[in-house]
Amino acid sequence: MQTVPAPREITTEPRRSDKVFRAVVTTGGLSSLVILGLITVFLGYRGAGIIWDQGISFITSSDWRVSYDENANVVESQFGLAAMIVGTILIALVAVVVALPVSVAMALFLNFYAPHWLKKYLIAIIDLMAAFPSILFGVWGFLVLMPSAEYWAKLLNKYLGFIPIFDVNPYIFTRSPFIAGMVLAIMIIPIITSVSREVFSQTPLDRIQAAYALGATRWSMIRSVVIPFGKSGVIGGAMLGLGRAMGETVAVYTVLNIIFQINWQILLGAGGNVASLIILRFGEANLYEVNALMGAGLVLFALTLAVNALAELIVRRTGTSGR
Amino acid sequence: MSTVNNVSTVKPQSPWKASPKDRAKEAAIFLGTIAATCLVVLFSPLAGKLGLFVTFFFLYALAEAISSYIKFGSMTAKDSAIKVLLACGAVLTVLPIISILATVILKGYKGIKWNIFSNDMSLATTTDPLTSGGLLHAIVGTLLLVLGALILSVPIGILTALYLTEIRGRFSRPIRFLVQAMSGVPSIVAGLFILSAVVYTITKSTSGLMGSLALTILMIPTVARTSEEVLKLIPEDLREAGTALGGTQWRTVAMIVLPAAKSGLMTAVILGVARIAGETAPLLLVTGGGDALNFNHFDDPMGSLPFYIWKSFLAGSEEANTRAWAGLLVLIVLILILFTTARFLSSRKVAR
Repeated sequence: MQTVPAPREITTEPRRSDKVFRAVVTTGGLSSLVILGLITVFLGYRGAGIIWDQGISFITSSDWRVSYDENANVVESQFGLAAMIVGTILIALVAVVVALPVSVAMALFLNFYAPHWLKKYLIAIIDLMAAFPSILFGVWGFLVLMPSAEYWAKLLNKYLGFIPIFDVNPYIFTRSPFIAGMVLAIMIIPIITSVSREVFSQTPLDRIQAAYALGATRWSMIRSVVIPFGKSGVIGGAMLGLGRAMGETVAVYTVLNIIFQINWQILLGAGGNVASLIILRFGEANLYEVNALMGAGLVLFALTLAVNALAELIVRRTGTSGR
Repeated sequence: MSTVNNVSTVKPQSPWKASPKDRAKEAAIFLGTIAATCLVVLFSPLAGKLGLFVTFFFLYALAEAISSYIKFGSMTAKDSAIKVLLACGAVLTVLPIISILATVILKGYKGIKWNIFSNDMSLATTTDPLTSGGLLHAIVGTLLLVLGALILSVPIGILTALYLTEIRGRFSRPIRFLVQAMSGVPSIVAGLFILSAVVYTITKSTSGLMGSLALTILMIPTVARTSEEVLKLIPEDLREAGTALGGTQWRTVAMIVLPAAKSGLMTAVILGVARIAGETAPLLLVTGGGDALNFNHFDDPMGSLPFYIWKSFLAGSEEANTRAWAGLLVLIVLILILFTTARFLSSRKVAR
């Protein structure tokens, strides 16, 4: 008579070294959560007092002034970000409107038209452009692009001046949101291009070949297959670019003439940007005003985070559209 | 006479390739368009680079469309015109970068003198002639700042990537999302955060280390995302083989996965460095921007290339502008070297 051995128990208890490893890696992985949380907490901690005092006028008023008596005590202060927030969004929108068509054209050209040798170099150039420092764009924009961009702005004003946003009054074109937007457009072209290119290259090959087999030309294939497939990805890429443009500091500060007044005329040489406000005021600010700047930073952080999160959600939906 | 000689052999052809005639026609259209553009711009109110550019692309699209229409019909005419428009987008992307590089080189090389690599600005002002002062302190500062950020961010970045590819735990999706969100944090906010959390709370003074901390926040997402892409490319077979041989997960990752991904991880780190090397805004807030050579990372104001460029640019005089361009040239060369190294490393095959 044979005895059947009792079934051996199979466990998946990890070794102690693995437990340590997993704990360390998980801690490292959670660092991004911790850092984002700490940013919110510390900016909130410094800025909360000011935001509380100002109430809703912190984002609805566009006055930013503070005066001290001889003992450096605050006599009177008013911190309002309205002009800066409007300016930030306006400049970023100009940048995206200029950059989006160029980037999509570039992405389509790279994926479907460029010969192989050219493609390699163009991709390297775009990647390099993404690594250029913002101060370079700022200095170049101020000294090289500005004269040309001013001429373009005058053309726009001459022929499209009847549209309110292209109106200019008084007649000053230098250092306008339009020119800042152009500089930012050049900065965000690499971002939008690489996201769009990535998305377009995911188009299923069978659909592309099906379109060709049905007699489509290259453009009609792109229009009926690639663009419906990649639409949401391109929109997401544009929003990533928008987020980057909203947070840009140095390039905007060098080019833009910062005025504490809401200005919708994009060609007029007056505008604002939350990030460059912080640099502008930081030099001469005392601790009280720095707290207000922290509040401004918190608002900027929330704005860019919201735009980026939305962009990320949209990019992830790629491929679900156009079926 | 054998009949074999009479059998005509068919020469291999490649009908998809452009014949010399086609090429000649393409070239003729291109040159013709250039000539026509010059004529149009000369004899019309259109003027300047913009007029030239717009006219050229309009005429070229028209010429290509007409040529395709004659050959194939209306569908291809549209196709050809759009091809030219898309190429126009590509040219518009490349033009600014060529302009930027050309300007930096042409204006920067005037400011490159031997003395700027051996002097700092402690005894000179930005408006002094170029023979006095230099940017040694800025180069040293930038190297120290980057080194500090490197030491802090590489472990965190790679651990994040390992979490996403090796552990694949419950938090993978939210963490991937947060890393993406973190890459969108404006650089000035990173500076303000360090100012608020460390400078005002703990150290009470600005120093190089504060700059490194701010740059770390900006570098982590780049390192984490690129490393994740690299680690994803390591074949699953390698991990399974490691486990099948009785290795624990820790040994598999440390002895097999990471060595296999070595060159890719180097690329990730270098791209991260290229991203932060020219970052300006946070340094303006937290490093103090000294003019003297300073090797102490933990105390005293620390200069850096972006800060030097910024100061010189704002000074506004002729000499100061030349200084700024020279600084930009040095910075660009630094970034180009890093970038080329990264591409060279990533173009090699995964190490055996």
